[in-house]
Amino acid sequence: MTPADLAAQAADLAHQASVLAQNAAGVAAVVAQNAPPAAPFVYLFSIFVLAVFVGYYVVWSVTPALHSPLMAVTNAISSVIIVGAMLATGLHGSMVAHVFGFFAVVLVSVNIFGGFAVTNRMLAMFKKK
Amino acid sequence: MNQSLTSFAYLVAAVLFILALRGLSHPTTSRQGNRFGMAGMVIAILATFLHGGMDWGWALVIVLGVAIGGSIGLVVAQKIKMTALPQLVAAFHSLVGLAAVFVATSALNAPQSFGIGTPHHIHTESLIEMSIGLAIGAVTFSGSLIAFAKLQALMKGTPITFRGQHQLNAGIGIAILLLVIAFVASGGSMVLFALIAVLAFALGFLLIIPIGGADMPVVVSMLNSYSGWAASGIGFTIGNLALIVTGALVGSSGAILSYIMCKGMNRSIINVIAGGFGNSGDGAAAAATSSEGKAVKHGSADDAAFIMKNASKVIVVPGYGMAVSQAQHALRELGDLLKEDGVEVKYAIHPVAGRMPGHMNVLLAEASVPYDDVFELEQINNEFATADVVYVIGANDVTNPAAKTNPQSPIFGMPILDVDKAKTVLFVKRGMSSGYAGVDNELFFRDNTMMLFGDAKKMTEEIVQALGR
Repeated sequence: MTPADLAAQAADLAHQASVLAQNAAGVAAVVAQNAPPAAPFVYLFSIFVLAVFVGYYVVWSVTPALHSPLMAVTNAISSVIIVGAMLATGLHGSMVAHVFGFFAVVLVSVNIFGGFAVTNRMLAMFKKK
Repeated sequence: MNQSLTSFAYLVAAVLFILALRGLSHPTTSRQGNRFGMAGMVIAILATFLHGGMDWGWALVIVLGVAIGGSIGLVVAQKIKMTALPQLVAAFHSLVGLAAVFVATSALNAPQSFGIGTPHHIHTESLIEMSIGLAIGAVTFSGSLIAFAKLQALMKGTPITFRGQHQLNAGIGIAILLLVIAFVASGGSMVLFALIAVLAFALGFLLIIPIGGADMPVVVSMLNSYSGWAASGIGFTIGNLALIVTGALVGSSGAILSYIMCKGMNRSIINVIAGGFGNSGDGAAAAATSSEGKAVKHGSADDAAFIMKNASKVIVVPGYGMAVSQAQHALRELGDLLKEDGVEVKYAIHPVAGRMPGHMNVLLAEASVPYDDVFELEQINNEFATADVVYVIGANDVTNPAAKTNPQSPIFGMPILDVDKAKTVLFVKRGMSSGYAGVDNELFFRDNTMMLFGDAKKMTEEIVQALGR
């Protein structure tokens, strides 16, 4: 094989590679256009799974004496669902969304204020000797 | 506000929620933890107000909603009696469940608000997440309502069972699953959505009615877990990080508490959920037959006072009966008087004492019993052998030696407080009825046991008076 042949082959390969790269870029652009704007499910799901593990280790370290306040405070923080209720109420969605969103805001507000307040009341009672 | 800044705010909120739970690892750090939780909530709410496209007129409506709900919550939290804590928590869980149903409904009607598509053209993924959030939310709502009704005694605590119950529940579960598939395939049919909600409400109701009163610690923990999973489901629907993380935290927290409660009774979660335990009612008949020919020694408040005064170590074992008769304050007075006489006083708490995890600890704390005097089962079980007197107030099954000795007993294998090792056992009970599990307690008939018949609070007050003389 002469050096000239090699050079010709290399040039050919380089050309093929550039065509492939162009194709890939085109495919990527199409995918990017069609992809949903929200974060892909797999990312959210990874966060979810990791959070379950964090929850597992954090909750095992809670002293049994404080299991009642734990329940009250987890109830209060799960009311962060108010974020969804607020978006439903406050954005230009539909009347149904406004109404259901509003009722959801009222319900979880009971929980947020009630949950943190009752937790606080309980914790204030735990005293040292 | 910039999209990534909002996301960052939600991340901060999620971290603060983790710190809130972390703070509960010790009473001294717990109040700080609660403040972290509140801060996280404020950040999440403020970030949402600054979300692009928020209509300021409707934002005022949101503020109004928060004011209405918030004031109700604050009043209830201040007024509630600590003995009624389990039903309060059950009621709170139901609200989270219902809110999840409402948010899912809004998301179906105005998907553009959540960036999940346009009406009738919602992303398939979002439809799946939405219907799962809806179903878990609805089960949480109706299940918690039943738990509330049972705890508040609006409904009898005895299990309601009927033939084919489990088949019916399984059938409804499968029907919900099929409806979810049909709902997603239909691209978001409102009718199917409503059907899923109705069936899930029914399922929540049917799941809790067969579970008896004393299994409520498991039920309340389980519903706690469900409310977390529901929040996570909604979090996936609207792609919100704070909701997903918080839902996962709450979900696993509730699951761990359910596990601890089941372990405290040596029963599997399946066994508890299947229900029907403790069917024998108040067990009056059982007591009448098995106590034949056996004599119990019973004494008066004066006798009890005399025995306690001459003891050097007294361990108090409180149970649900103490909560029912609100005896915690009288109990603390008793402890104070004994301590003045130089008697060592400790409190031993079984994992499933009361109607929710940690219920007894809160009641004792309410009566200003220092938490250093209160011990869990593993910490104190060796000490019963060195105790002169054990004062069992409103507890029964958790002290029953049959759990160790009698393989036929329904409570066999359940970890118990070894009160039988103490020199003298004082049992405060209203009568000779058996415990929740419907089994006789052989401790009542032992020579070193003295029964004190009467109301827990009244008896404790009488002992306090006798000690004062």
